[in-house]
Amino acid sequence: MARTVAEINSQLERWLEVEFSMKDVSGIACDIAALSGKDQEFILLWTQRLSAAHVQIATLFVTQAAQLSTRMERRLIEAWLMQALDAHDRNGLQAAVGILRTVDRYIELRHAHTDGVVLEDVRGILLTFARGLSGRRLLLDANEGQQAWTDGETLYLPGVMTRMERAADNFILYKAQVAMLWAQAHFGTLRVLPELSLFTDVDRALITYATLETLRLESCIARELPGLARQMSQLRQQEPARSALWQEFTERLALPQASGFDSLALLPAALKSELPPPPCYQCDLHPVAVKSRIDSEKALLRVRLSELAQDLPPRENEDTPAQFEVKSGEDQAGGSGEMELLLDDIPIAPPDDVRQLLTSVLIDFGEIPPEYLVAAGPGEYDPKLYLETRQDPDQVWQGTYHEEGAILYPEWDFKRNSYRKNWCVMREKDVPQIKDDFAAATLLKYGPLVRQIRRTFEGMRDEDRLLKRQSQGEHIDLDALVEALSDMKSGGEMSELVYARLHRAERNIAAAFLVDMSGSTKGWVNDAQREALVLMSEALEALGDRYAIYGFSGMTRKKCELFRIKSFAEPYGDTVKARISGIRPQDYTRMGFAVRHITQLLLQTDAKTRLMITLSDGRPEDYNDNYRGEYGIEDTRQALIEARRAGIHPFGITLDVEGRDYLPRLYGPAHSVVIDEVRTLPLKVAEIYRKLTH
Amino acid sequence: MPTPDKLVTLSPQHITEEPFYQPSGDEIALFEAAYRHRLPMLLKGPTGCGKTRFVEYMAWRLNRPLVTVACHDDLTASDLVGRYLVVGGQTVWMDGPLVAAVRSGAICYLDEVVEARKDTMVVIHPLADGRRILTIEKRGEVVHAPDDFMLVVSYNPGYQSVLKELKQSTRQRFIACEFDYPDAATEAAIVVRESGIAPEIALRLVKFAEMTRNLKDNGLEEGASTRLLVHAAQLITAGLSPATACRSAIAQALTDDGDTLAAVQELSASLF
Repeated sequence: MARTVAEINSQLERWLEVEFSMKDVSGIACDIAALSGKDQEFILLWTQRLSAAHVQIATLFVTQAAQLSTRMERRLIEAWLMQALDAHDRNGLQAAVGILRTVDRYIELRHAHTDGVVLEDVRGILLTFARGLSGRRLLLDANEGQQAWTDGETLYLPGVMTRMERAADNFILYKAQVAMLWAQAHFGTLRVLPELSLFTDVDRALITYATLETLRLESCIARELPGLARQMSQLRQQEPARSALWQEFTERLALPQASGFDSLALLPAALKSELPPPPCYQCDLHPVAVKSRIDSEKALLRVRLSELAQDLPPRENEDTPAQFEVKSGEDQAGGSGEMELLLDDIPIAPPDDVRQLLTSVLIDFGEIPPEYLVAAGPGEYDPKLYLETRQDPDQVWQGTYHEEGAILYPEWDFKRNSYRKNWCVMREKDVPQIKDDFAAATLLKYGPLVRQIRRTFEGMRDEDRLLKRQSQGEHIDLDALVEALSDMKSGGEMSELVYARLHRAERNIAAAFLVDMSGSTKGWVNDAQREALVLMSEALEALGDRYAIYGFSGMTRKKCELFRIKSFAEPYGDTVKARISGIRPQDYTRMGFAVRHITQLLLQTDAKTRLMITLSDGRPEDYNDNYRGEYGIEDTRQALIEARRAGIHPFGITLDVEGRDYLPRLYGPAHSVVIDEVRTLPLKVAEIYRKLTH
Repeated sequence: MPTPDKLVTLSPQHITEEPFYQPSGDEIALFEAAYRHRLPMLLKGPTGCGKTRFVEYMAWRLNRPLVTVACHDDLTASDLVGRYLVVGGQTVWMDGPLVAAVRSGAICYLDEVVEARKDTMVVIHPLADGRRILTIEKRGEVVHAPDDFMLVVSYNPGYQSVLKELKQSTRQRFIACEFDYPDAATEAAIVVRESGIAPEIALRLVKFAEMTRNLKDNGLEEGASTRLLVHAAQLITAGLSPATACRSAIAQALTDDGDTLAAVQELSASLF
């Protein structure tokens, strides 16, 4: 249903905080009111979402929204806005504004109706495609502009592809760009880049070289990937024929032995001519980015080699840095053969990351220059140079980001209906040990109960048992056989179920306990939690299930902390007991990151059944942040949905009497329980676990 | 103790026709030397790279019968050694494949041996060292392996699971031989020989296989094996288009994941 101008006006005033900015939004409201009800709804929804990130982003969007929605598909607009929000989270307001402005330019240029493709939708396919082509572990990222380019490792592609009218063609164009970028590295286009700095007009030299190389790479692709080359020539159909001079260049560069240096040789002549219009899949060249990647890879390789050399027995000549050698295997084609790393003629098995670096250098240079194989001397490189390479958002999951030693997790923003990428900065820490008699005292306090719990849990152990009266098995069931024989003797039918079989059942369960360590647990709750953990550990030791205990707390997204009390691999001993005793209330209850991290830890175990049990005393919340209230609940819920999707069974235990209102939404029906009396917690937890896994 | 009155044992078959095998190193000489010195062999390598074919070829070459056991995670020691059956009111001892191979001096090939239950090692160990004996506990019988008996096991070190690791005490009894996909020219020759396909298409198939091998641990658990290439080539010679053949014989066999499947198909479509 369409809204009136006044309704729209008042909504916009609220979201855009007109009372502070004094901006007149009535004109915009009029424009929007003129649209269909559906378009109105779409624009208003996104204005509201964007205003949650920044008023200026929302303002920028809404001022052009009326034109946008009539010209472009909603799906594409959404993709752009998502990209802008990501840019805002990662690099701040200016980056987001930059992206929204490209939308602006884009509308002027493009056809009125296109059936575009969003990179995010086809990213998985393109990345796998690229990695299949290349031996290198390529990465893929959305480019803020409309051009595709690469530093040799990351392929930057436009976030949305709308150059072609049909979606299928836009996908082919993406694919063609990926293949061109792969070919730039594989067929040595990038190798020639340093030479171009000698030209007076570097920019023109660069674009001319790119155009020449496109011609050469087209024929390389035609030789290697004829199927793709056919599709690429179809994309090119509407483009005008090349001039006679460029036709000649095309033929010269189509020769199988042509290299990037042939293009370089043609460059002076080409610079004097008029450039033909570039084919749609032509990619940009960024010599600076290529050089900085190569430099940091060189640094990383040499540092890793020096680490390798240190692990080896001392050499005769310790003063000079170790000089490694590389021998290629028998297979010379394309460098896919096995490489052998030698130090003083002794072969060394390179670790996987070193092998990857060597492959990468080999693709860059066609060989491994000897200076790359000199182990770095102490202090030769600033660690920033090579650590930076790990800052790529795709690799964040394995390494460091802007904050050393932390893992980044996304967070669900229900207002935007999307994730904030790399939002929470998480660290694992050990709980400081307090060596006292807390565990012993707890066992004494609950003495008879502990024995009962232990007995119950021992009874749950699923031990090997002999299944009798089977149709096949490794043993004979004598009782059954005697019976069967006597049946036969008495003229009856002889049963065939005369075997016994050993049934080996394993309780293949891994359980992770996630304990709320927020400030509100101070006092009774903290004591009860610690007691519960002691009893639970005793019970699980009797049962033999694998288990881990982690505490979580945090203050703002920059300080999300997960406290390791017991990892899956650690035995339950004095250290763990001292850590349980050392659990102390910390800050706030930011919860999503903890659930996400525990999910990852559980997935690393090879258990058949994976359980995540959370112990909390209140709803998720955080300090001076919008995490409080609905946002926190929705993020936690989303994290739990992710966990369930990964095959983990979450279960929530809370001491919050209000929990009945929100727990079912978080954990789903019948997957949570509210405990009214703090005192009973220690007993209840063991009981709940028994029910869950029986 | 009553002794059973009947014993059944299979007689393993000889391979009469020469299987096609394209050597890629000195594996034949190694195998023959191990056979002469009564040493067991361990073949390592990814699936479908020719381990089974190699053993068949060697059995033919050495003129020994071959017993192949495909190991699975429910395979117990008694599946290898044998068991009592009840037939017509009497118990009959039925030799398992390993015992049958030992008794007849055959080559016994345990394929993917890490998949088998741990208790199978109890019977494998004494056979694989200097003792060369096999104890049939239930019959109280000790079988001494004749000189021409040989034990060959294979496993795939590519599986990352810690549960699927071969123990040191086991692996240190064997002569190990590593198998990998052959180099491009050899692999194409194998595909041509097995399917009768044109050499240039075989080369394209091999290139495609290399692309999928680039994706190992990057979406695919394993790259396409030589066996899959032969399957695809056979489909192509049967008249199917290369795209269909690659999809059915290779892409679908490698993965069920939608995006990976689509990407693998894009790769094969790019090549043909």
